[in-house]
Amino acid sequence: MLEVRHLVKHFGGLYAVDDVSFTVKTGTITGLIGPNGAGKTTLFHTIAGGYRPDRGEVFLGPKRISGLPPHRIFQLGLVRTFQIPKPFREMTVLENLMVAAPGQLGERFWSAWVAGRRVRRQEREIRERAVQVMEFLNLGRVAQELAKNLSGGQQKLVEIGRALMSDPQCILLDEPGAGVNPSLLVEIVDRIAELNSRGITFLLIEHNMDVVMNLCDPVLVMAQGRLLLEGPPDLVRSDSRVLDAYLGGTPA
Amino acid sequence: MSGVLSYLVFFLTTAAIYSIASLGLNLQWGRTGLFNIGVSGFFAVGAYAYAILTISPLTGQPGLGWPVLAGLLGAMVAAGLFALLVGIPTLRLRDDYLAIATIGIAITVQLIATNEPELTGGTNGLFAIPQPVAGWLHGSGGVAFLILVLICVALVYLALERMIHSPWGRVLVAIREDETAASSLGKSAFSFRLQSLVIGSMAMGLSGALYAAFIKFISPQDFLPIFTFQVWAMLILGGSGSSAGALLGSLVVWAIWTLSGGLIQAALPAKLQVDSGAIQIILIGLLLMLVILFRPSGLLGRKRPAVHRSTVPSKEQA
Amino acid sequence: MIGQLLANGIILGATIALGAIGLTMTYNILDFANFAQGELLTFGAYFALIAVSAFAGVHSTFGALSFGWPMVVALLLAAALTSLLAILVDWLVFRPLRRSSIQVALVIASFGASLLLRHLVVLIWGPQPAYYTTNIQISTQILPGVRVTPDQIFLVALTALLVVGLHFFLSRTKLGKAMRATADDPQLAQVTGIDVARVVRWTWIVGGSLAAVAGVLYGMTVQILPEMGFNLILPLFAAAILGGVGSVYGAVLGGLVIGIAENLSVLFLTPTYKPAIAFLLMIAVLLVRPTGILGKPKL
Ligand SMILES: Nc1ncnc2c1ncn2[C@@H]1O[C@H](COP(=O)(O)OP(=O)(O)O)[C@@H](O)[C@H]1O
Ligand SMILES: [Mg+2]
Repeated sequence: MLEVRHLVKHFGGLYAVDDVSFTVKTGTITGLIGPNGAGKTTLFHTIAGGYRPDRGEVFLGPKRISGLPPHRIFQLGLVRTFQIPKPFREMTVLENLMVAAPGQLGERFWSAWVAGRRVRRQEREIRERAVQVMEFLNLGRVAQELAKNLSGGQQKLVEIGRALMSDPQCILLDEPGAGVNPSLLVEIVDRIAELNSRGITFLLIEHNMDVVMNLCDPVLVMAQGRLLLEGPPDLVRSDSRVLDAYLGGTPA
Repeated sequence: MSGVLSYLVFFLTTAAIYSIASLGLNLQWGRTGLFNIGVSGFFAVGAYAYAILTISPLTGQPGLGWPVLAGLLGAMVAAGLFALLVGIPTLRLRDDYLAIATIGIAITVQLIATNEPELTGGTNGLFAIPQPVAGWLHGSGGVAFLILVLICVALVYLALERMIHSPWGRVLVAIREDETAASSLGKSAFSFRLQSLVIGSMAMGLSGALYAAFIKFISPQDFLPIFTFQVWAMLILGGSGSSAGALLGSLVVWAIWTLSGGLIQAALPAKLQVDSGAIQIILIGLLLMLVILFRPSGLLGRKRPAVHRSTVPSKEQA
Repeated sequence: MIGQLLANGIILGATIALGAIGLTMTYNILDFANFAQGELLTFGAYFALIAVSAFAGVHSTFGALSFGWPMVVALLLAAALTSLLAILVDWLVFRPLRRSSIQVALVIASFGASLLLRHLVVLIWGPQPAYYTTNIQISTQILPGVRVTPDQIFLVALTALLVVGLHFFLSRTKLGKAMRATADDPQLAQVTGIDVARVVRWTWIVGGSLAAVAGVLYGMTVQILPEMGFNLILPLFAAAILGGVGSVYGAVLGGLVIGIAENLSVLFLTPTYKPAIAFLLMIAVLLVRPTGILGKPKL
């Protein structure tokens, strides 16, 4: 599904992503863990087109996506969320979701005139879909609230909701559980599992080990820009190198 | 017609012409976050394009003698082309580069207007510019033209509102709010920004064309940066993001501008009158600062959501 | 011919460079494009005019230069008054707006301030051009086909001196280092105990003084006019962008490139289009290398 080959991204002398290669198999929920500053978010950003890689390649299925701008990568079926939520603050939750729907006829400025009927019909469909997604994520109550008035946890849900408005093949989630209260977290975990059972592949950054152990297989471990190891959750949990990395030791 | 009435017609016509430019700026800045401070440039392009297209060659000036409607459309196209020219190199970069580039185009347009007499009449300007509906409603002063301008305002207003409240307009707001997030959801920020810049500038071009038709005489001195300042003041005061705010702001700011100009003329010794502009700018500038600090949303600010509130099944409403 | 144009370009470029340094510093430290920078040049030129007129009776000239002690006093006075003006504008206009939620309020305000200052110049000194001296200077041949006046040589030398001085100020003094730190990361600077208000003040003092000198030099070699600063705003921005916004040396380099390009353009275009050349160069740079010649922002 997603293949990363020798990816490098550096900021001046700091190699935030340093020669990272891995494959995310179709249908999996692949976990990505590592201490703060390991380069996980930068890796996501580079995969999704936010940064241009300094070296290496990324493939989505057979298609090379490295070097493409983010909006093209989205259109090819890869969506990502942000560690720090980026809602459209002055738009309602409903609008946040509706704007995320792909292939909208009405996004051509002239279609307001030449295809009014079809645009309206499509708007109805998109709204229905948005309502479904909001129900699925328990956002229905705040549908008409401006996104800037939501709690951090709800903003995370809006991020996920926007990702679900398209039919992505693959979703990259950056710490969906951070700053979310425990009951909401259970909810999110359930949703991810359910979506996965419907065929969406996930790559998931998460610090909460329970979540990772329950949800992810395999798990990738990053430290200091490098991929430390990859394996099933039990193995990763018991590997001493992982503990060292979290304790700040340099990888052997 | 009495003096007061004909002055009122003059005042309203000017305010209405301004309001078309501020509607354009509202699309660019209010909805998309595009920082155009070369409004006077696009206005000038529209005015000159209209004049050159419509002036009769029989006047001995550079003119093609086209019908006025073709002139109005041509003015919009010309302003749109200039917007493309500025937008393509700058819309991928940080916000203020667009600002610098737009003021650059405003200055360049003025240079061309001043230095190409074969095309623009140079410092002498262009005169005998045809006015649409001239002579209609005989003896009514400029009422017929005022009505025409108001129709243009209504058309521009409706057209822009329709686009603003379409999915297209929703994307503009998303890009304004967070470009990174919008791109990660498949929107090409550059393409949408360029569309917004061009369409908004076309409104400014139309505004310039109507100005040329109204005054019937234009010269480079009509297109100074102070115009840009006035239009910005109108939009910010009226309520950035709201088309109705742009209209109201145009009326209010133009009223303040005209009244204060009159008062200064009456109150100040002749020696200081030469430049009442400074005092007017201080007045409007002060007002602007107060609005920015204490009521950033303006008179009719963006209280509404970006797209009309929609009907969500009632159980969703808490 | 080309040699002469190059020389003229360097002379104009030196003036642009001084103005662009202030622009690039406010851009980097205060984080906004200051469209009123041109008017600081204008006011600098007019402040100096006050002093020069006050000393009208004093006959003093340095060697072959067209001026003497009065001009030195005038330069210092212009620098001091322009810095004060810049701080005053900051205090009245920019400081209150720095906490506004409208992120470009500062830029709009600077645009308004620029208009206002320009009108004030006309109000105070009138619209007609002015000159520091009516003496005609004899230009001398310094290279085959290249003639310059002693004033012009002075101008280039003074610019070079100021740039070197600024370099030492920024790299050696505590204040200079604090300014660079603030430019790099304002929040970090604040928590590490840098007095940000003082840094802001000194940014205006340095930027304002250099602008004043630039204005005086321009007035000396061309003429003094209420629109002189506004007419230079495109070259100033072009120079700052060309060199890489935030880079002092970039601004100097950018200034020279713009000055030379504007003068060489005379070979193809009527001279009245000089400002448009700056604009075209700027657009070209933005298309090819948006970070400017000297790359990343760094003082
Ligand atoms: N835009 C940037 N410029 C410079 N350094 C950055 C930038 N983004 C991240 N970094 C650095 O790259 C490293 C990796 O950061 P990040 O990818 O956010 O780590 P993680 O998500 O694993 O916590 C950190 O040292 C961080 O400081
Ligand atoms: Mg992270």
